[in-house]
Amino acid sequence: MPSPKPGLPVGGAGVTIQPLDTAEHFLIKPAKQRVGGRWPAWMTAYTHSSQTVRLSAELGPSYRNVGLRSAAFWGEKLMPVLIEARDLRKRFGAINAVDGISLEVAKGEVLGFLGPNGAGKSTTMKMLTGFLEPDSGSAWIGGIAVADQPIAAKTKLGYMPEGAPAYGDMTTRRFLQFIAEIRGFDGAEADRRVDGAVERAALEAVLEQKIDTLSKGYKRRVGMAQAILHDPEVLIMDEPTDGLDPNQKHHVRKLITEMAKDKAIIVSTHILEEVEAVCSRAVIINKGRIVADGTAESLMRRLSYHGTIAMHVPSSRAEAVKKALLEFAAIASVETVGANNGKVRLQAAPRDGAPAASQLASLIRTRLIEVEEVVVQRGSLDEVFREVTTSDDGAHHG
Amino acid sequence: MAEFVRKTWAITKREFAAYFSTPLATVFLIIFVALTGAFAFYVGGFFERGQADLAPFFQYHPWLYLLLVPAVAMRLWAEERKSGTIELLMTLPISPWEAILGKFIAAWAFIGVALLATLPMWITVNVLGDPDNGVIFASYVGSFLMAGAFLAIGSCISALTKNQVIAFIIAATICFLLVMSGLELVLGSLRTWAPEFLISAISSLSFLSHFDRITKGVIQLSSIIFYLSLIAFALFANRVIVEMKKAD
Repeated sequence: MPSPKPGLPVGGAGVTIQPLDTAEHFLIKPAKQRVGGRWPAWMTAYTHSSQTVRLSAELGPSYRNVGLRSAAFWGEKLMPVLIEARDLRKRFGAINAVDGISLEVAKGEVLGFLGPNGAGKSTTMKMLTGFLEPDSGSAWIGGIAVADQPIAAKTKLGYMPEGAPAYGDMTTRRFLQFIAEIRGFDGAEADRRVDGAVERAALEAVLEQKIDTLSKGYKRRVGMAQAILHDPEVLIMDEPTDGLDPNQKHHVRKLITEMAKDKAIIVSTHILEEVEAVCSRAVIINKGRIVADGTAESLMRRLSYHGTIAMHVPSSRAEAVKKALLEFAAIASVETVGANNGKVRLQAAPRDGAPAASQLASLIRTRLIEVEEVVVQRGSLDEVFREVTTSDDGAHHG
Repeated sequence: MAEFVRKTWAITKREFAAYFSTPLATVFLIIFVALTGAFAFYVGGFFERGQADLAPFFQYHPWLYLLLVPAVAMRLWAEERKSGTIELLMTLPISPWEAILGKFIAAWAFIGVALLATLPMWITVNVLGDPDNGVIFASYVGSFLMAGAFLAIGSCISALTKNQVIAFIIAATICFLLVMSGLELVLGSLRTWAPEFLISAISSLSFLSHFDRITKGVIQLSSIIFYLSLIAFALFANRVIVEMKKAD
């Protein structure tokens, strides 16, 4: 085994650390894949579902030698966690706007931050970006504590606040030049940065226009250009596609996807299709708390009917079909979930892990069961969202 | 330090340009020059006095500043808060002091431009007679310092509200009280009941008495310190208020 990077603790009980191709990437291999046992003190295990195991290694003080506070598995590699929140809390008068939010986003991840209006999304983002001070808890950007070194943390951060505010009295070019100057670029480098941001956000047409006179879509893009001008490691955007037309939304999503590889990105939204389109992971918050955290797929797995097979059959045949299905080993249960126009909707739940759909199809064919439509139900994020943000039960998850 | 200057300067340039991006700058400059002139000639009796000095010109500066400086200051923070750009500004890698000083210096420089626009008065009085240019120079410095003090108060008040009109009215009222505090009108009403030290404390806060001394050619260190410390205090309060109110 190659020797680990200096400063990193080696091994620990049942763990091997193996440096990969680049200095930043490590593979941490726990001896047991099972999560739930006690890990060494410097290592914490998180699980989001039975299938997705993410490990966040808090490697103790020595880890700071490599400029990282913690790291998480992302894909195959251990990636540095670039955004981290620990138990953030904020009250406004009697309202608990944010009530203990902890999360971490690793390089390469695009986190979709979801929640009903007033759930605390924007407040959380304002605390992550150092605009608001939390009542308690801490935030780190690129391993730097926002409260202790606000300027160093903000240097690593690109932030587009809600509504993409910008100085309306300036032209697009002047505004971006101002941002470049504040961020410490001058001369040819400043021009290069401004040109790069203009090109990525497709702002060439409105360079010399005052921002006040721009359409909503262009204003939003100016806000994005401002946030990505210095090519930050961390990008936080509050509703970047709100109020845009479908073409503009597509463009913004494409831009996010392009940038995702070498950044940690948080995007808040209430458009759930967007999460599936651009986000590698979604966090749903409600009443200031995290109620769900995982990939879109793992969240949908929470739905009771996820993976069930729905079919329409004529009512006269319903009982016979039910019986036939239940004889079939891969099917655990069959329910009638609705009836109209002389048709009955049946919902068959497969046994765990059984590849029921294809077997069921051949069953239908061989037994000549009269079925009009067969669908494997995945559910939708909309439904997960409604389930976790309306039931009281939801508040105790996470 | 170099970083501090660079970032503050970036803010100053932006804010200064912002004044000239609307008709506000032109309107302000015209009104300022017209009013200082009108007061000097018609109210102050510039010609009738038969003296080659600018005393009638400077005499009315405190009263003009009372209305005009809060008008320059009102947008500094109220506009940022209303448009939401304060969230952008405060999440850029700058310190609050860089933002506060940058804005203050821009507004002060703008008033400096307005004062420079009155230089023809100085030239005129030199053409017509033989004034004590030292006194006039001191008066310009005093006037600029006084404007700075008004401005710092205005900037501080501007951070309190999203509404520029409210910022204007409150700042003008506070400035009015500070100007008036040296007048017998105010002090007389206190004299019957307040202890002597309080009265002298209040009268020493007066913009008028400090400014009067300067326009008579007496640049006292105490007057300069008075204005500068008032600026420092108001900007410090400004910073506290920005922190408190930025997210409201």
